[in-house]
Amino acid sequence: MGAAHSASEEVRELVGKTGFSSDQIEQLHRRFKQLSGDQPTIRKENFNNVPDLELNPIRSKIVRAFFDNRNLRKGSSGLADEINFEDFLTIMSYFRPIDTTMDEEQVQLCRKEKLRFLFHMYDSDSDGRITLEEYRNVVEELLSGNPHIEKESARSIADGAMMEAASVCVGQMEPDQVYEGITFDDFLKIWQGIDIETKMHVRFLNMETIALCH
Amino acid sequence: MLGRGAPGSSRGLLLALLALGLLPRVRGVEQEPGSAHEESQGFQVVTFKWHHVQDPYIIALWILVASLAKIGFHLSHKVTSVVPESALLIVLGLVLGGIVWAADHIASFTLTPTVFFFYLLPPIVLDAGYFMPNRLFFGNLGTILLYAVIGTVWNAATTGLSLYGVFLSGLMGDLNIGLLDFLLFGSLIAAVDPVAVLAVFEEVHVNEVLFIIVFGESLLNDAVTVVLYNVFESFVTLGGDKVTGVDCVKGIVSFFVVSLGGTLVGVIFAFLLSLVTRFTKHVRIIEPGFVFIISYLSYLTSEMLSLSAILAITFCGICCQKYVKANISEQSATTVRYTMKMLASGAETIIFMFLGISAVNPLIWKWNTAFVLLTLVFISVYRAIGVVLQTWVLNRYRMVQLEIIDQVVMSYGGLRGAVAFALVVLLDEKKVKERDLFVSTTIIVVFFTVIFQGLTIKPLVQWLKVKRSEHRDPKLNEKLHGRAFDHILSAIEDISGQIGHNYLRDKWSNFDRKFLSKILMRRSAQKSRDRILNVFHELNLKDAISYVAEGERRGSLAFIRSPSTDNMVNVDFSTPRPSTVEASVSYFLRENVSAVCLDMQSLEQRRRSIRDTEDMVTHHTLQQYLYKPRQEYKHLYSRHELTPNEDEKQDKEIFHRTMRKRLESFKSAKLGINQNKKAAKLYKRERAQKRRNSSIPNGKLPMENPMPNFTIKEKDLELSDPEEAPDYGAEMGGGIEFLANITQDTTATDSPSGIDNPVFSPDEDLSILSRVPPWLSPGETVVPSQRARVQIPCSPGNFRRLAPFRLSNKSVDSFLQADGPEEQLHTTLPESTHM
Repeated sequence: MGAAHSASEEVRELVGKTGFSSDQIEQLHRRFKQLSGDQPTIRKENFNNVPDLELNPIRSKIVRAFFDNRNLRKGSSGLADEINFEDFLTIMSYFRPIDTTMDEEQVQLCRKEKLRFLFHMYDSDSDGRITLEEYRNVVEELLSGNPHIEKESARSIADGAMMEAASVCVGQMEPDQVYEGITFDDFLKIWQGIDIETKMHVRFLNMETIALCH
Repeated sequence: MLGRGAPGSSRGLLLALLALGLLPRVRGVEQEPGSAHEESQGFQVVTFKWHHVQDPYIIALWILVASLAKIGFHLSHKVTSVVPESALLIVLGLVLGGIVWAADHIASFTLTPTVFFFYLLPPIVLDAGYFMPNRLFFGNLGTILLYAVIGTVWNAATTGLSLYGVFLSGLMGDLNIGLLDFLLFGSLIAAVDPVAVLAVFEEVHVNEVLFIIVFGESLLNDAVTVVLYNVFESFVTLGGDKVTGVDCVKGIVSFFVVSLGGTLVGVIFAFLLSLVTRFTKHVRIIEPGFVFIISYLSYLTSEMLSLSAILAITFCGICCQKYVKANISEQSATTVRYTMKMLASGAETIIFMFLGISAVNPLIWKWNTAFVLLTLVFISVYRAIGVVLQTWVLNRYRMVQLEIIDQVVMSYGGLRGAVAFALVVLLDEKKVKERDLFVSTTIIVVFFTVIFQGLTIKPLVQWLKVKRSEHRDPKLNEKLHGRAFDHILSAIEDISGQIGHNYLRDKWSNFDRKFLSKILMRRSAQKSRDRILNVFHELNLKDAISYVAEGERRGSLAFIRSPSTDNMVNVDFSTPRPSTVEASVSYFLRENVSAVCLDMQSLEQRRRSIRDTEDMVTHHTLQQYLYKPRQEYKHLYSRHELTPNEDEKQDKEIFHRTMRKRLESFKSAKLGINQNKKAAKLYKRERAQKRRNSSIPNGKLPMENPMPNFTIKEKDLELSDPEEAPDYGAEMGGGIEFLANITQDTTATDSPSGIDNPVFSPDEDLSILSRVPPWLSPGETVVPSQRARVQIPCSPGNFRRLAPFRLSNKSVDSFLQADGPEEQLHTTLPESTHM
């Protein structure tokens, strides 16, 4: 596209890295600049400018995921203060739909990547385990959208889910065995048979013509 | 226990049906000779008035025959697994029609369009709409609409034009048809029929996306069919040369009016219906009626305004389901569900049978080999071509691609059915000269698609290895993650600033929560409506049910089944489902000793038993008879009331407490406190004990013991020594609550999780295990507690008869009080259930 001729080399590089088409990158870049206010990087506060996000009950978790070093493939823990456009694309690429031309192995890999993103969102202390506390936390936030569900119910649900997870992942346990939390492997087990590829994608990122709404 | 619940209940239902059906018949037979005798006397004690009852009588008999036939088909599992029921019914109709014809030489029973459109079609479509998986439907709405609109127009046009082309070539001989007649025929034969599709696809179990596309298409193409049919019919009436361009434009406009208007009518009525059900709290008993009446009114209204009636009632069902299900009581929800299914399946049965019967009428047959065969060829070929072309376009935009295999199934699943037949019968012979040919051809096409394609689609699906629908257990984790996904995706769309599906869904659900639900839902319902909560309830219920099954497996079955002369009726057998009640008894009994089940056999059994049954019923039983024993005695016969319903608060309470208990057990497991070890030890011991006991054939059973209650009572008393009494009560309460946790819409599935593992089983086990009842100590045989002994002789006859009064006072606590001096110890029990 015309406007981005100077950066075409860069764009091509990004196409290779993230798998987006150059058109999509153009679109996202425009959006990125809009969010950052023409700065090269985005900070957390910038996300406050997205009005529709405010209603999202887990918005803090989502915004946090954008700055999570693990998602940015920059380290095993910690948060980045600000992200540049490439990082932004990296996060977005988790939501790219699965390519029909991919073979089975790539699909599996892609699936794992997507799940890892989700896992990181749950595992807020980066210890590779979703503990009961962390799980509760997420569930509480998830259900906070419904004012009629009290915290206690949310907690109960998280507990129930945790029990379920334990029984799925460990199966028969010795009575004195303790289930400490969901590891990533367990997480994959829970997701077995669920068609995540068709769930975790954002449709428009696949389309050639994108309708910008802002 | 559920496994036995289902057959039992269905048997009961059938019996009732049979009784209903046979009664008049029997009476009729008896009356016949009587009336003949008394003819000459002045005053006739009994008269035979056949004409008085003829019409409804014949209708009832036909329905009965169709229902009986259905029973007959299902006697052989082999037949029904190969041949779809619809095909069998058509064949049966042909046979019956043949018999009637041979006797009468008049085809007196045919499927008339009036009956079909006013009485048979609405229940089927309403059922489809009301149970429509909304998310799936709207997620694929674009695809469905394309197939329904473009696909149907394409089919109609190509079929009509091709037939006309062949006609011009002279292959069909001399027929009195013009181009418009062909197009008219094309338009009525083009539409895929919802009834046929549903009948066949329900047995095939293709994956849900494929199903919703074919089925959605068959529902939504109604508007197109109606418009095309009306347009061409009026064109035919006008005469070919008088049709102007303006008329064509009018036709296109009328398509939008008819389809959007129909949808709008449906939505308006859905709104009304939801609003009405919000205020039915005090007229629970007629609550289900509103659902049917208002939906039916939407159908009639749009018919009156000559809009698409099918669309109206479909959308009425789709839009109201969420609110109605939340508003009406559980009992009403169950009633609605069963009534709707019964009406729909009954209507379907009758439709197919009468299709068969209608075909036996030499007066309507006019054969033209070329026309008939070519029609068959054209509809199949053009359907396939249409599907491939549209899918090619769609796949450029669809996330989930439609594979070649899907396309094959979609083309092959384009079944024609009763709608086409009813439409063709509606044609006026004066205007459409070759009406008889059209009718015969339509019959052939319908029979061919339903019988031949219906028969072969199953093997085809297997052979092509079409992705089948997998029956998934609802998992809490899955739901939670699913919810998280929805939010994440809409957030990503927000952040990247684009409008996509998720964006729209998010906005819609916000709007729904903020405004619609507030208007249309009861306040109490707003609270409890959350899918995650539902799943959670469902799982809880399942846990409870598996306890029941487990208890039963461990031998309580034996003494419950054994005939007892003991008439101390302490247990409610007042439902027509004795097995579930038995189970609840056994639950009560066994909860003291129930440990978690570990062996595969029991797991297997549980799985089967749960899957096979409608757990709603169980739930009702459990809730009514276990949790709220106190309220039962108020319950005298009333036409306007069923059971006092005041459980909103209770439910929440139960919910929290159950969870707290589960959580505690979880915690203790997590922390590995030594209670577990103790429990485990006891558990092992108990199992050993069990094994020993199981070899003892229930020797000490009530009937051999003249004073069963007292011996047992003493033993029970030992268990609840003063110190432990409150605890014991609370624990019982816990058990009961556990059972009483319910969901509204549960489909019986099984979760092997939760109870298989001792650690994660609810704490009843732990606390129970840590305190082995004295009568369980080694060296003693297992003697059932007094509750087990107080069993009534139960046979289908007497429980029905006894039902009302047993409902009135025989509840769980009544036998507790009947215990006499020890009463006060036990009263802790019912008390706790009311906390």
